[in-house]
Amino acid sequence: MTEAAPLAVHMRGIHKHFGAVKANVNVDLTVRAGSVHGLVGENGAGKSTLMSVLYGFYQADAGAISVFGQEAPIHNADDAIALGIGMVHQHFMLVDTLSALENVMLGAEPHWLLQRASQQVRGKLEALMQSTGLHVQLDALVGDLAVGDRQRLEILKTLYRGARVLILDEPTAVLTPQEALQLFEVLRGLRANGTTIILITHKLKEVMGLCDFVTVMRAGQVVVELPIAGASIEGLAEAMVGRKVHIGRVEDAHQAGEVLLHAAHLEVRDAMQVLRLQDVGLQLRAGEIVGVAGVSGNGQSELLDVLSGLLTPSKGELKVCGKAFAPAHWLDPQTARQLGLAHVPEDRHARALVMDFAAWESAVLGYDSLPQYCSGPWMLHAAMHQATDSMMERFDVRPRDPELLSAKFSGGNQQKLVLARELGQAPKVLLVGQPTRGVDIGAIEFIYSQLRAMRDAGCALLVVSSELDEILALSDRVIVMNQGRIAGELAVADCTEAGLGLLMTGASQ
Amino acid sequence: MNAPLPRWADLVLLPAVCLLVALGVAAAVVALVGQSPLEVMLALVRGAFGTLRGLSYTLYYATTFIFTGLAVAVAFHGGLFNIGGEGQAVMGGLGTGLAALYLSASLPAWAMLPVMLLAGALFGLLWAAVPAYLQAYRGSHVVITTIMFNFIASSILVYLLVNHLRPKGNMALESALFAESAKLPGMQQAMAWIGVDWPNSPLNLSLLLALLACVAVYFFLWRSRAGYRLRAVGSSASAAEYAGIRSKHQTLIAMSVSGALAGMVGMNEIAGVSGKLILEFVGGAGFTGIAVALMGRNHPLGIIFASLLFGALFQGGAEVAFDVPGFSRDMVVMLQGFIVLFSGAMTYVIAPLVGAMLRLVPGVRYG
Repeated sequence: MTEAAPLAVHMRGIHKHFGAVKANVNVDLTVRAGSVHGLVGENGAGKSTLMSVLYGFYQADAGAISVFGQEAPIHNADDAIALGIGMVHQHFMLVDTLSALENVMLGAEPHWLLQRASQQVRGKLEALMQSTGLHVQLDALVGDLAVGDRQRLEILKTLYRGARVLILDEPTAVLTPQEALQLFEVLRGLRANGTTIILITHKLKEVMGLCDFVTVMRAGQVVVELPIAGASIEGLAEAMVGRKVHIGRVEDAHQAGEVLLHAAHLEVRDAMQVLRLQDVGLQLRAGEIVGVAGVSGNGQSELLDVLSGLLTPSKGELKVCGKAFAPAHWLDPQTARQLGLAHVPEDRHARALVMDFAAWESAVLGYDSLPQYCSGPWMLHAAMHQATDSMMERFDVRPRDPELLSAKFSGGNQQKLVLARELGQAPKVLLVGQPTRGVDIGAIEFIYSQLRAMRDAGCALLVVSSELDEILALSDRVIVMNQGRIAGELAVADCTEAGLGLLMTGASQ
Repeated sequence: MNAPLPRWADLVLLPAVCLLVALGVAAAVVALVGQSPLEVMLALVRGAFGTLRGLSYTLYYATTFIFTGLAVAVAFHGGLFNIGGEGQAVMGGLGTGLAALYLSASLPAWAMLPVMLLAGALFGLLWAAVPAYLQAYRGSHVVITTIMFNFIASSILVYLLVNHLRPKGNMALESALFAESAKLPGMQQAMAWIGVDWPNSPLNLSLLLALLACVAVYFFLWRSRAGYRLRAVGSSASAAEYAGIRSKHQTLIAMSVSGALAGMVGMNEIAGVSGKLILEFVGGAGFTGIAVALMGRNHPLGIIFASLLFGALFQGGAEVAFDVPGFSRDMVVMLQGFIVLFSGAMTYVIAPLVGAMLRLVPGVRYG
């Protein structure tokens, strides 16, 4: 990649305002042909807006775009597609009940007879799959495909429509680590074939590993644009947040105390009688963080649900703060809270908040029967508002508007509100699922410091995360899960990424 | 890509625009059949609001719609679609009627009327609780079961009237008249107590009961813990489960409150007007309640206005059919159909248009 390489995309002086919000201010972006260009920034930094301008979803208020050296007024997505720009959205635009082939064809049928059309498309697609190494079962229903396969299909679809510039919006957010690695292989292959790729992400490790160039945006402006050789994770993080951030491990000596949660021989079967948890046991001690590592779907979610009382296991025993439970009378969420066990669920949208509720109503979810929030049959609205105000203040939830619907907050701010609620009652045991999924770097640092503060205050924490870095940064002790079993348990000092990886895939057994 | 409308526009402007569009389309149809839309509209408004007597009829119809509209709204906030308001109102009326038939001879009015109210609410509650139980613990969908329960309720009423409640030798399908203590005072009588002259009409004190029910439903849904939990389940069953709220209990509670509200229709129709148990006293109001709740955005205040509108359509429509030659009762039904169509099904078509209109208005912070 030399400076002389032609430019695939050149955006100059892009301005885009939404009312009073300046989403893009005088943004320049130069993407060299045949490169992978990372576009990073925190939520709301303006990177999605910029790409929406390029893809024709929005019209820029000012500025110019040229594609492969040609001035290109892009008014809508059709213009962008005609110019060879394709976008793979974070949420796939596929029809579950159609086959992979039919999805590619949808809206671009080359013949009015369906059979002729699918024959023609099939031929072209097979050639395309051959040349790119993107393999998808063309006759499988999309609903039956794994997430990674669906993403490959989306990429295939855009390439089929003639995309030479591929925009990927947070492509690894929905993938397991293995699927992510596969995706990177595919992207490298595409680059070798001459495709230009713009990668929107906030995972800096991916940027360092895959990209040739990187542009950092903050508050609607480009902070820096540089070749990857001149970039470092720390430097990029600082550019994104605007100050030094530390999300790595904080070394400190401290002593774990008494056992607050003790679980043994947990077994869970799903509706199809498939084993989801098998002979799982663990202990949480006061003043320690136990991390649960593992590829998503290896029983971590079931473990959280069982320990928080949302799911009754078929076998096993549990002791929370001195009170014992058996499957016949399992813990329920209300009792769990009364015992001082709080739970920050993995699924923020379905579990942690009622999306249609204003923030001040979601802020007491699960705690509505506390005496400070209710009096007899009535809710104390003034007290609820007051509590929400102080939660928002303490955890820096933005915007600081208790009346705003829960759904209207960004992922990171929703998570801060949930943490504020769950930490607010000073729990003795805290279960946290995916503490920083979809959360900005700046907020990650804050969330980590809060979790560490809980530990130092004598709380027993269980952190489930699919991010290995997160496990290593937070935990004192690490449990690795594989296929519903505990594949290993080790002190964080004995952990290496390679060793954990082997345990996670079950290879060391 | 459309931002949601500001709250005030969602609650006031949007229904008003929907109503105007419905009236516009109806006016076009009226013009098409050769009548003057203006004349018909004037006759309708005059019939519904022009005289105290007309207004009384409008309010009398509205009273029943408030009960059934509230019933649908409470179930809706619990995430349930109660189509059984009709049957619950029938059973509620039966409860009210039975209490009156068997107790009115021995109880004074101050004791009799509350008993009738409670009996009506209880019968409606129980009639809704059965489908609720089947939904919560057996997975039978309430939409299906409540529809079927409507038929069962009306059959039970017919059976009882034909075989048990009809006085010997009486050909009409109705019970004996209740004693005077079971009669809810009419508005004429009540206004006379405070020295106001009011025309004779079916309007009775159950209007106040309906307004009280609106206040009670508001406090229940948005001020009480029970309402908080009910709405949590209705908005997100999984989040409610996480919060330790048992959604099965909430299903029972939502449907029970809903059924009890529908069961109060009998206080208007049976205790307030007929003074005896009759067939067809609900007359489709259970279904109109769905439209009322839809139009009133499932909020008590909105339901009051929507009930007034539908009451006015019933009363004004009857007057129009009487006044304007060639204009049949069916035309009024058509107008109601348009209103339901535009305020319900077409809301999502009209909302972006209202949004576009708002953007053109300077000084409105939106979008």
